[in-house]
Amino acid sequence: MYKILEKEVLAPKITKFKVLAPNVAAKAQPGHFLIVRVDEQAERIPLTIADYDRQEGSVTIIVQEVGYSSEEICKLEAGDSFLDLVGPLGEHIETENYKKVVCVAGGLGAAPLYPKAKSLSEEGTEVITILGARTKELIILEEDFAELSQQLYISTDDGSKGHQGFVTDVLKEVLEENDDIDLVITIGPMIMMKFVSELTKEYGVNTMVSLNSLMVDGTGMCGGCRVTVGGETKFACVDGPAFDGHLVDFDEQLRRQQFYSDHEKLAHGHEIGGEGCRVKAN
Amino acid sequence: MSKQTKKTKMPEQNPQQRVNNFGEVALGYSAEDAINEAKRCLQCKNPLCMQGCPVEVDIPDFIALVAEGKFEEAAKKIKEKNNLPAICGRVCPQEEQCERKCIVGIKNEPVAIGRLERFVADYARDKEEIEAVTKQDKGKVAIIGAGPAGLTGAADLAKMGYQVTIFEAFHEVGGVLTYGIPEFRLPKAIVKDEVEKIEKLGVEIKLNHVIGKIKGVDELFEEGYDAVFVGTGAGLPRFLGLEGENLNGVYSANEFLTRVNLMKAYRFPEYKTPVYVGKRVAVIGAGNVAMDAARTALRLGAEESIIVYRRAREQMPAREEEIHHAEEEGIQFKLLNNPTRILGNEEGFVTGMECIKMELGKPDDSGRRRPVPIEGSEWVMDVDTVIMAIGQSPNPILLKDSPEIETTKWGTIVADEDTGETSKAGVFAGGDTVTGAATVIEAMGAGKRAARAIDEYIKGSKK
Repeated sequence: MYKILEKEVLAPKITKFKVLAPNVAAKAQPGHFLIVRVDEQAERIPLTIADYDRQEGSVTIIVQEVGYSSEEICKLEAGDSFLDLVGPLGEHIETENYKKVVCVAGGLGAAPLYPKAKSLSEEGTEVITILGARTKELIILEEDFAELSQQLYISTDDGSKGHQGFVTDVLKEVLEENDDIDLVITIGPMIMMKFVSELTKEYGVNTMVSLNSLMVDGTGMCGGCRVTVGGETKFACVDGPAFDGHLVDFDEQLRRQQFYSDHEKLAHGHEIGGEGCRVKAN
Repeated sequence: MSKQTKKTKMPEQNPQQRVNNFGEVALGYSAEDAINEAKRCLQCKNPLCMQGCPVEVDIPDFIALVAEGKFEEAAKKIKEKNNLPAICGRVCPQEEQCERKCIVGIKNEPVAIGRLERFVADYARDKEEIEAVTKQDKGKVAIIGAGPAGLTGAADLAKMGYQVTIFEAFHEVGGVLTYGIPEFRLPKAIVKDEVEKIEKLGVEIKLNHVIGKIKGVDELFEEGYDAVFVGTGAGLPRFLGLEGENLNGVYSANEFLTRVNLMKAYRFPEYKTPVYVGKRVAVIGAGNVAMDAARTALRLGAEESIIVYRRAREQMPAREEEIHHAEEEGIQFKLLNNPTRILGNEEGFVTGMECIKMELGKPDDSGRRRPVPIEGSEWVMDVDTVIMAIGQSPNPILLKDSPEIETTKWGTIVADEDTGETSKAGVFAGGDTVTGAATVIEAMGAGKRAARAIDEYIKGSKK
């Protein structure tokens, strides 16, 4: 059992948990994810490690309620426990040797992006952050990013805060003004990562995306998280979840995310049923 | 001695009924059946059957006890060598092992050793008393993977007086016994029960531990383990690299079976993990895993479940019994056909599979006649689900972290066949991670041999 030390609601339907898992915390690095299971009937849900504290032995995860399983997770309180927690999984990312990096987050994508931005900042990298969401309540971790970013931009679809429009509008301006950007890291909805990657390709700026593919085990044994990268099939769980955004077949990923949409409908019509595969925390 | 020429029949659920449930197909002998069958054993002075058993069960001895109705004693006899008898009795390919060597089998059907083993293990399940080995002072051994190889090695080492810890990546024990083999062939309650008995011997099991990620092999040595056994199986699914393979509705058999068996998707939505099964399911491959996938699809409501195999019936690698059960249940076989691409709609779901017809040419390296495509014979099969059951390779996570453990070009670990020794001192390996996907019992045999070698190794290093 993995005890929840702290719970904090960051935004409507977005909750942060700090969980006691010393062995996982000891090995966690930016880019890693973990898998949790709430109870015996629950799915295995992959969630990016949003932060870790080796001394305390804790890992932080941020969960958005998008289906049955993520709603079940968000019902847990401090003092409750996850039945299972396995990690750290995936390949971590290297954050050394970058001078200037733009971090582009969409909605919950800020959570998995945070440890990468933090690590870059600790390496002395200049970090420019663009946080986007539908509306201002859904902007999360603004203060955390403000602390480590040289410039921070907010963009909302409805204009309730910052730029009204899409993160790509802001990114385009940043790319126009700065010709010395080594890397753009973008995490968020698949469609956003697709458009960010298309834009950066025009500017010839390397781009890293992080995929929240469907998966079961997270160790390379199901192959459910298949993604075509540069014409080759990769497994997001062991080869990623970070990939070169200019090589990912996003359209295929968008289709694959709809695999269980009928189950989701069925689950919504079913009192106890549920399908929460698509926890959008990358 | 019995004059019965055939094996005592195994009671089974009838095919029409069983395709609608996940209950066990074979129902097991009654005491009367078991005694009757045990009396067919000749009690050979030089029992060849035992040579066919990778874990060296004293077959004639246990059968003699069954014939006398001493079932609990028979169970004890088996347990001296085999810690997973209820599992072996169900999934071992006895026809290629003990029963193949049985003298009765020369003229008649061999003694049904597997069915007897199963009966005895099931009979004794609630009656056995397991005593922990109190002195665990001979050393510490880490076992990676709670599958057949690891569990067997762990039990044997615990009995020898070692302190054993198993690290398992999943949230359940059993490895392929749990995620791979379906409930209707091997009920998970039985796996759980046999593993619990191994725990009672004093073996500690740590779930949710992916070695190579949460800690490395070297860290295990630093923590005071004297030896490490790697029994991580062959869990990496293979795909064909076909156009359309990433469409929705294409599964690896691993994923399909893991969703159903480990995550219990067959009880969705009570259990929350979904699985997608269309009306017409094609399973590519003809091994035991393919049969399991095809039969599972049928039970999940597929109207048609079709095995597609590039060779002919004689070359199908599945056990005869599995093929027979599949046929009884109405699984179709499209033999001498090979998929060439998978077709989909705009939403990215499978709508069909193009196949090319094959014919058998000259024998290849494996001695089987090589299937050759017949030019221009492509045709489209109307399917909406495709399951790839064309084999698995070892999972590379641990090896990526410990590159000093030598591997073959197929990704399997190079290990001594008799001892399991690898290129890294103190590290032993066995089971599918060494042989590539094989059988439960062969993995158990490897675990048993490695346990002996680990005992020797630790004794030697502590001198």
